[in-house]
Amino acid sequence: MTFLNFLISGISLGSIYAIIALGYTMVYGIAKMLNFAHGDVIMVGAYICFYAVSRFSLPPLAGVVLAMLVCTVLGMLVERLAYKPLRAAPSLAVLITAIGVSYFLQNTALLLWSSNPKVFPSVVGNGKIEMFGGQLTISHVTIVTIAACVIIMLALTWFTGNTRMGKAMRACSEDKGAAQLMGINVNATISMTFAIGSGLAAIAGVLLCSAYPTLVPTTGSMPGIKAFTAAVFGGIGSIPGALLGGLLLGVIEIFAKAYISTQLSDAVVFAVLIVVLLVKPAGLLGKQIHEKV
Amino acid sequence: MKLKLNKTTRKNFATYGVVILAYVLLQVMKGSLSSSLKGMLVPICAYVVMAISLNLTVGILGELSLGHAGFMSVGAFTGVTAAIALQNVIPAAPLRLAVGLAVGAAFAGIAGFLIGIPVLRLNGDYLAIVTLAFGEIIKSIFNNLYVGIDKNGMQFSLLSDKTNLAEGGKLIIEGPMGIGGIQKISTFTAGFILVMITLIIVFNLVNSRAGRAIMAIRDNHIAAESIGLHVTHYKMMAFVTSAALAGAAGTLFAMNYSTIMANKFDFNTSILVLVFVVLGGQGNMLGSIVAAAALTVLPEMLRTFADYRMLVYAIVLILVMLTTNNATLRSWFSRFSLKNREKEAA
Repeated sequence: MTFLNFLISGISLGSIYAIIALGYTMVYGIAKMLNFAHGDVIMVGAYICFYAVSRFSLPPLAGVVLAMLVCTVLGMLVERLAYKPLRAAPSLAVLITAIGVSYFLQNTALLLWSSNPKVFPSVVGNGKIEMFGGQLTISHVTIVTIAACVIIMLALTWFTGNTRMGKAMRACSEDKGAAQLMGINVNATISMTFAIGSGLAAIAGVLLCSAYPTLVPTTGSMPGIKAFTAAVFGGIGSIPGALLGGLLLGVIEIFAKAYISTQLSDAVVFAVLIVVLLVKPAGLLGKQIHEKV
Repeated sequence: MKLKLNKTTRKNFATYGVVILAYVLLQVMKGSLSSSLKGMLVPICAYVVMAISLNLTVGILGELSLGHAGFMSVGAFTGVTAAIALQNVIPAAPLRLAVGLAVGAAFAGIAGFLIGIPVLRLNGDYLAIVTLAFGEIIKSIFNNLYVGIDKNGMQFSLLSDKTNLAEGGKLIIEGPMGIGGIQKISTFTAGFILVMITLIIVFNLVNSRAGRAIMAIRDNHIAAESIGLHVTHYKMMAFVTSAALAGAAGTLFAMNYSTIMANKFDFNTSILVLVFVVLGGQGNMLGSIVAAAALTVLPEMLRTFADYRMLVYAIVLILVMLTTNNATLRSWFSRFSLKNREKEAA
């Protein structure tokens, strides 16, 4: 039964990673850049929700929506001001700019909200369901997290497959030049991708802090790195890959903590990643592109 | 007799010259430097070496490494451990430091070789993420490693202190506490010498047959392979050299502080060094040196901004990247440069 408990908390953590990984993977798929500031957008989302709920006593759902709005605008603003001027620049320059944005967000948060840890109130309460005479406990946060992940996945799959904007996104990730020739507004599409990714980051931030309630300006960095790993794990650029990578990473992390060692859990996670990449160099669901001469 | 030097040689000598000049100037001004700046001289040297060594991987080999701090960590821990273990055998501090640097470089080189075997099979962003993963693994291992020394030799244990040292034994690496009680034997002169050695190694590698092969692989690995270059061999050569130099930098860095912890060498440190390399220009060693020195001093210079200094640092970083890489801004700036005006006049 403890195994099942660990599995469920692993899936819950993995769902959060998956939602964050979606932001990385979509942006990578379209703009071909590693957006290192994504982890910090999570943190901003969590802070917005925290203040909305605890200071202005808005209902939790309104807090989440507000956080999503702020993060969406923030994501689009960052893209417009920092990344768009560098569209033609070498990818390393964009990477360093993303790191600059990450520092900027962290330090702004530090100035606005101080480094004192905030205790994040769970947006869905602290209730839990007990099964099998109390042997199996599932908290409400876990259920909401997993449900949110499933809904987001279904919605995104539908969105990219059926809407005009979604199709434009896929076209841009395939070939930007050809997409432009077909009359697709590439800049608007990229902007939209950042908006969606950042909005999802806000949800991930709220869920993350509901499960692990300490909120500091650097809250987003480690989950950010892990989710980035998850995106690569599943094959960066692939939406189902982000889900698979996120879930696996979460489960492996919790199992490593439970059965191997708490301190070495990160090492185990990254070791698994390395082994997977050696066997499948483009990730689990990534497309292996053969180079032509 | 007029000495005719080619462009590369002149550029390399200019780089040596700048470093020597900076060293001499700082030695002369030493009395008038503020104490905080004086304390930063050794870290600056360490970061300069880090930047040059990462530039070898990123600029010359053309592979993005996000785990360079891992090699620094390996160098720091092994080098300092060696120096502490040999405290009674080698009483002369400079010699002990040299041995520490050599041990740190050797172990980091070995780590680079072991990591290079899987890493160099991948390419692009996948390679970058695996180096990131190795950096995190190295951090986790040093956070849980316990090393002690007693009359029976070195004792190792992982996760918790099970070294069971004999009477008179001494615990050197204490897991998450790192190494404490380090004798601060790093000096600015030692740092300067290490920078010079690093430059000599890197320039000689780059301007050799092997260096040209490495750059050929960077530019087009398929073409390089088809003319008979052993891609993995040359990639490994650059990667291991880079790792070993980073290890030496780590030892130098660690010997400047009384305690050193594994968490000091995390992802952020790797990124910091990468920022030096990209700002200084990929493949441009002098640029790396200047960027590393300037950006290490910058937060110190920004002290007047107090709480805002890291914010200002971030904004400066973004603005520099935008101005140097955006085509529109670049052409706007070039209107003011003298060279272009002459061109227009002619």
